[in-house]
Amino acid sequence: MERFLQRSRARRIEAAAECVFTACAFLALLAVGMITLYMIANGIPAIYQVGIKEMLFSDTWKPAARDPSFGILYVILTSITGTLLAVLIGVPVALLTAVFLAETAPARLAEAVRPAVELLAGIPSVVYGLLGMMILNPVIYRLEQRIFAGSKTHQFTGGANLLSAVLVLAVMILPTVISISESALRSVPSQLRECSLALGASRIQTIFQVVIPAARPGIVTAVVLGVGRAVGEAMAVSLVSGGSVNFPLPFCSVRFLTTALVSEMAYANGLHRQVLFTVGMVLFLFIMAVNLVLHAILRKT
Amino acid sequence: MGRKIKDSFLLGLIYLTSFLSVMLLAGILLYVFVRGFPGISRSFLTTVSSARRGTVGIAGNLVNTCYLVVLTLMIAVPIGIGSAIWLNEYAKRSRWIQMIEFATETLAGIPSIVFGLFGMVFFGTTLGLGYSILTGSLTLSLMILPLITRNTQEALRAVPDSYRSGAVGMGAGKWHMIRTILLPAAMPGIATGVLLAVGRIVGESAALLFTAGSGYLLPGHGRGLLHKVRESGGTLAVQLYLSMSRAEYDAAFGIAAVLLCLVLFFHILTRFLSDRMGCL
Amino acid sequence: MNKHTVAGIVVLGLMAGILRSLNGCGGREELQSLSAGEHGSIAMAGSTSMERFARIVSECFMEEHAGVTVTTEFTGSSAGVEAVLDGRADVGLCSRELTKEEQNAGAVASVVAVDGIAVVANTDNLVRELTTAELVGIYTGRIRDWSEVGGRTEPIVVVGREAGSGSRSTFEELLGINDCCKYANEVDSEGAVMARTAVTPGAIGYVSLEVCNDTVCRIDLEGVEAAEETVRNGTYPLRRYFFLVTKGEAWEQSKLVQELMAYLQSEEGKKLIRMAGLVIPEK
Repeated sequence: MERFLQRSRARRIEAAAECVFTACAFLALLAVGMITLYMIANGIPAIYQVGIKEMLFSDTWKPAARDPSFGILYVILTSITGTLLAVLIGVPVALLTAVFLAETAPARLAEAVRPAVELLAGIPSVVYGLLGMMILNPVIYRLEQRIFAGSKTHQFTGGANLLSAVLVLAVMILPTVISISESALRSVPSQLRECSLALGASRIQTIFQVVIPAARPGIVTAVVLGVGRAVGEAMAVSLVSGGSVNFPLPFCSVRFLTTALVSEMAYANGLHRQVLFTVGMVLFLFIMAVNLVLHAILRKT
Repeated sequence: MGRKIKDSFLLGLIYLTSFLSVMLLAGILLYVFVRGFPGISRSFLTTVSSARRGTVGIAGNLVNTCYLVVLTLMIAVPIGIGSAIWLNEYAKRSRWIQMIEFATETLAGIPSIVFGLFGMVFFGTTLGLGYSILTGSLTLSLMILPLITRNTQEALRAVPDSYRSGAVGMGAGKWHMIRTILLPAAMPGIATGVLLAVGRIVGESAALLFTAGSGYLLPGHGRGLLHKVRESGGTLAVQLYLSMSRAEYDAAFGIAAVLLCLVLFFHILTRFLSDRMGCL
Repeated sequence: MNKHTVAGIVVLGLMAGILRSLNGCGGREELQSLSAGEHGSIAMAGSTSMERFARIVSECFMEEHAGVTVTTEFTGSSAGVEAVLDGRADVGLCSRELTKEEQNAGAVASVVAVDGIAVVANTDNLVRELTTAELVGIYTGRIRDWSEVGGRTEPIVVVGREAGSGSRSTFEELLGINDCCKYANEVDSEGAVMARTAVTPGAIGYVSLEVCNDTVCRIDLEGVEAAEETVRNGTYPLRRYFFLVTKGEAWEQSKLVQELMAYLQSEEGKKLIRMAGLVIPEK
């Protein structure tokens, strides 16, 4: 009898454990669902009030004016251009550095550099913004003054512009892209390299034509995470990008989707606030699209 | 001949770019430490800023950071581990597994400012928690959930199947087997995930500004220590952002240096643990 | 009983203990706050311009009332008012007049202090004085170089606050240049304006008088210096009111909030307002 009771108790515990674990697993699904729901539910009303054409295809952003206009075209364009440029600059540099660390560097040097790179991935993004503001901005301003010397139409930004933001973003994605693509390169089996070298290929040819293609899935993941970090970065960018809404040209003060949220959410009220939630929704959909595309690519490779 | 030139050009490029990026990264680290250390003193670490006396101290922010880390881990770690266990040990239909893994990946990709917005609206307003450490913790729990889940999954996968079949063959229940065999074997991997999550929490600011707020006082003031979780509390990273936007650079760099030390500490701990896992 | 059952019981016991202590502490506190009227907390939220003021007030109020916690949140005037209306904060700090919607929702504002908005420039700048017309010209983009207003040849970098900020709307309103400013930098806090102005040669910005310090230089307007005296007697044109916002009239508030309001009216409170670099309103 006692045995029987004990067994049924054990069975009940087993069943309870399974239930709890199932609930835990589905919580992630629930969270994503809730976030999607909330972002969309909060973002849609403003679209109805302002009109989708007015919002997405107008370039004037004057949310607090008497006769407000809520065009976020330039903000969206800035986020796209800024991210693209940052990735175009950051990824090749990061990839070559990863190649250096994994393939050509003396073992001792690589051992010393690797932890430093990983450490940098953990630095709060605000620090990058701080450094950008204090070191990069003055340099860029000098460049700006040289280029636009005597210009009557250019509005001087004091170095806080798209170019600064792109450079800061490019530096910020370095650690992530370097450390993930480096481990991808490392995990390529050494037989591949040996075969290639034995067939008469040079070391460089082996790296670029054998090792990198073999490490492609890992490198794609690295780029994905880099893109994610660049699109979503708010704090650092808000300190170096200038913050006025302009067409994204290198020496224009610009506003990203994220900086619009960080800096205006605090003071916005009424319709302005609702429009900011729409901005949040656009950002969210943007990220989801990036995730889906990259997910598809990853599955293919 | 052409090949040789091309090769040496590429090699040169590799050396050049990696030299550049390594110098850049080393420069950043050095600059933060050099500018930050002079600002760190005993009173900086052990007192609270006083606007009246014009002194700066980050003790309150340090304590807030601890609260936030502990509370967030208390929420996210059990859920993350449970989720990983289900995905790895219980789930049978691959469609569900795929969906949940996709959801986890999506969570990992959402920018922290979006978490911040969601946290502010859902936990702060809908659930009425306001600006509080609890709101911040709940928000960050969602953010670090993927880290914990994924690392636990990896660790569970690394446990040989013979352990499982051995235990089940001896008549152990599945939960019993997981508790007594799988989890202990996977512990170093889980710990790595947890430490990565701690690093992420410590460095986060965008998701916390609108959820945990920016309180800088020490807990106490006649109320219980547990009450602090319902009050607003700015972490070090949030305070760093605020100090900087108030043009208090010395304090900002001081906090940055303290943060770097913390990240470094967790980093070394993580490496130590993952090395240990490698031995197992 | 095997080992695991024991472990389970211990864990359960611990959890029960924690729960009980949680409950216990809540209950005790409620009792105390009822009997002494000295325990409790006030949550203040609002404008970054009022940060120094609010921090000083909360610090001193807490020193006088042991056991009272005053938390402060500086997320902006609008967010502050909204927090008060949502019940997330008890007192809102607002650096602009309430809007119609906010008043309809039940927000009530009372003036606590007067603040001047100082025009500031980078310390390398030679210009120390501007006329209102020149200032308008600079902010609307008509005047683009310091040489046009008597400085050395250097482009003007126009720094301002983001849309929705109380400082910005007051500044533009007082100069009559609503919605036609051409900012090169729009930043999101008083300190960020200071920081930008301090690191950028040729920058001009505006900040609340209480935030202003030596990292930038103040520019006189029409020959009048931005100072406590000129703000009080109204000779300095750029001034605005700071409000405390509550949900419902002052007498409907909790005892603690009323006490805080009374504290600010007292001599002690006036001293704090002055200490924060603000001006006591007349009447």
